[in-house]
Amino acid sequence: MAKDIKIAVRGLHKIFGARPQAMMTHVNNGVGKADLLEHHGHVLGLQDINVEMRAGETTVIMGLSGSGKSTLIRHLNRLIEPTVGEIAVDGEDVMKLGPAAVRELRRKTMSMVFQKFALLPHETVLANTMLAPAIGGTDRDKARKDAEYWLDRVGLGGQGVQYPSQLSGGMQQRVGIARALTANTEVMLMDEAYSALDPLIRTDMQDLLLDLQRELHKTVVFITHDLDESLKLADHLVILKDGAVVQQGEPQEILLNPADPYIEDFVSDINRARVLRVRSIMSPRGSVTGEFLGEVDENDNLETLIARSGGDTTKNFKVLRDGAVVGDLEMTNLVKALVPRVSSTAEMGERVL
Amino acid sequence: MAFYDGIFDALGLRSWCDQGEGEGVLSMAELLARTNQTEADTSGFPFPSLDNLADACPAIIQTRDLTTGLENGFLAIKDTMKIVLDPITQPLSWMLDGALVLFTTLPWWMMIPVLVALTWWASRSRTVTALVAFTFLFLAFIDHYTFAIQTLSIVAVCTFISVLFGVPIGIAMSKKDRLQRALLPLLDLLQTLPSFVYLIPLIFLFSVTESKLYGIAIILYAIVPIIRLTDLGIRLVDRDVVEAADAFGMTGRQKLVKVELPLALPNIMAGLNQTIMMSLAMVVIASLVSAPGLGVLVLRGIRNLELGVGLVAGLGIVLLAVILDRVSKAALNRVNTGQSAGGH
Repeated sequence: MAKDIKIAVRGLHKIFGARPQAMMTHVNNGVGKADLLEHHGHVLGLQDINVEMRAGETTVIMGLSGSGKSTLIRHLNRLIEPTVGEIAVDGEDVMKLGPAAVRELRRKTMSMVFQKFALLPHETVLANTMLAPAIGGTDRDKARKDAEYWLDRVGLGGQGVQYPSQLSGGMQQRVGIARALTANTEVMLMDEAYSALDPLIRTDMQDLLLDLQRELHKTVVFITHDLDESLKLADHLVILKDGAVVQQGEPQEILLNPADPYIEDFVSDINRARVLRVRSIMSPRGSVTGEFLGEVDENDNLETLIARSGGDTTKNFKVLRDGAVVGDLEMTNLVKALVPRVSSTAEMGERVL
Repeated sequence: MAFYDGIFDALGLRSWCDQGEGEGVLSMAELLARTNQTEADTSGFPFPSLDNLADACPAIIQTRDLTTGLENGFLAIKDTMKIVLDPITQPLSWMLDGALVLFTTLPWWMMIPVLVALTWWASRSRTVTALVAFTFLFLAFIDHYTFAIQTLSIVAVCTFISVLFGVPIGIAMSKKDRLQRALLPLLDLLQTLPSFVYLIPLIFLFSVTESKLYGIAIILYAIVPIIRLTDLGIRLVDRDVVEAADAFGMTGRQKLVKVELPLALPNIMAGLNQTIMMSLAMVVIASLVSAPGLGVLVLRGIRNLELGVGLVAGLGIVLLAVILDRVSKAALNRVNTGQSAGGH
């Protein structure tokens, strides 16, 4: 299913400091982040980022704090200017836009949800939700109707007259999401949108996003430091470390084939059975002989399958896609997939936390 | 023989020094010394001040030349400044005079209800409104109503002008760090310079009969807090909210009107409160240069040693200060609660 590339980031660098352009030569000559800070007093925020974000997909950018993920997302709508690099939205180079065109881009193409909600405290929830149409000068009645619809959709129907400070954190972020949805943009940028929420509410909000996504098919760029969250939401996962992309691809792929020790460390702690899906470990159709216990959908996770098999590893299953058989599955392969690849550095006893 | 003669001789500056001999103005000490036929005190080791050096070397200026020089310099540019400043500041005179006429010609039975109604509109507080009504009735009862209303009219005009100029200056300062760095020392200066010092150059520039003379003095003193707190208020606006405004494509003007000014309003109102109090403080001093109002009575108390007159007028000023403070604070509280709407 080849989808159009909505946002393409090519060769993006960001250097913080007094003379970022001059530092580019050092970076091109292979000076690393630590050396640049120590010898030249500049911070290498982002280094040679190349990411393609497809229309209708959720691209999750994951990294620990300081990895540059929030800096990266702010480049997409030019809240931060890159030192060098290209950002194309629908094939158009955003870097060539003037101030008015950038405002237009922010109004029409990209809305944003913030970690700290960033609602206007002196406006009601409804007025906050209507922010984008109010800025653009759209018809007030229509804007009001849209805002009320989206408030209803995120579960805040009838709360429009309240002020943000009267709502809980989770509800405030629902307002933030309704505000972004009312902007009616194709792209939604979510900057650690759920990081400030407690775990139960966070799960609710993740489900809300998945629900909305199933229907709206927006291009979502989601920033998080939480691996479980990124595996749950991502169609495409980008892992950042020290301002550089360590690995990107489909989450299942990254989980099964971590590219370096850093990611192996990362993925070693998660519940693999819940994240891995049947399609990632199935064999070609007809390659397995023996007794078939039943049929499973290719998108079922392994946890479901283990429950189905009752823990019996001698059994095999037929794998279905939209009701048609596309492959076979051996339970022994399932067990192998559950074994985490132990970090190579950990084996050498040099594991650095 | 003055103490420093030898030094100038040793440096070979004697001929240069003596060029100016006889031209220098005599100091009082020298005159006394001449009449008494005694040398000025040369014992000990005098500090090498201008006067002492001038004793030994007449070519060096005396300290009083410094002050006369400043004065002459100011007088030299005075006429040019007057040509520029006079028309610019003329509207201030009109406003002050107009307000004064308006406030004093309206009969008390119209003025007091209007003031009470304004208080209710600004504060929505029964106690504050009652306090205002009581204060004016009391001042009228002791025959100080006209003086109080004159003072109030001056404070009102000067506060209005201060807000009119102070808020935009504060906004500009919050946007431009360089402007802030340039203006802060000036604001410090205006705040610390003794208020009498403003009056001296102003008296030279404008006639004492013009009301803008005291108007300018009051505004220069009272405009500082509103500038400072507007600047501070806008700088303290939550950066996340400002970023959100940017991310949704607000223009600079939209951001200012819809985000920054509303969120800075509590601080701006605090600045307004300070500005009102400072104009009231200055209005008394300004009575030295013909500002009417309660200050005139205080001045009469000092000049004629009329203790009772001065004290009662002082009490009137205190009462005015209290109600102005309470009304502006009540308005500030209303803004605060309106904004957090049930507490953060």
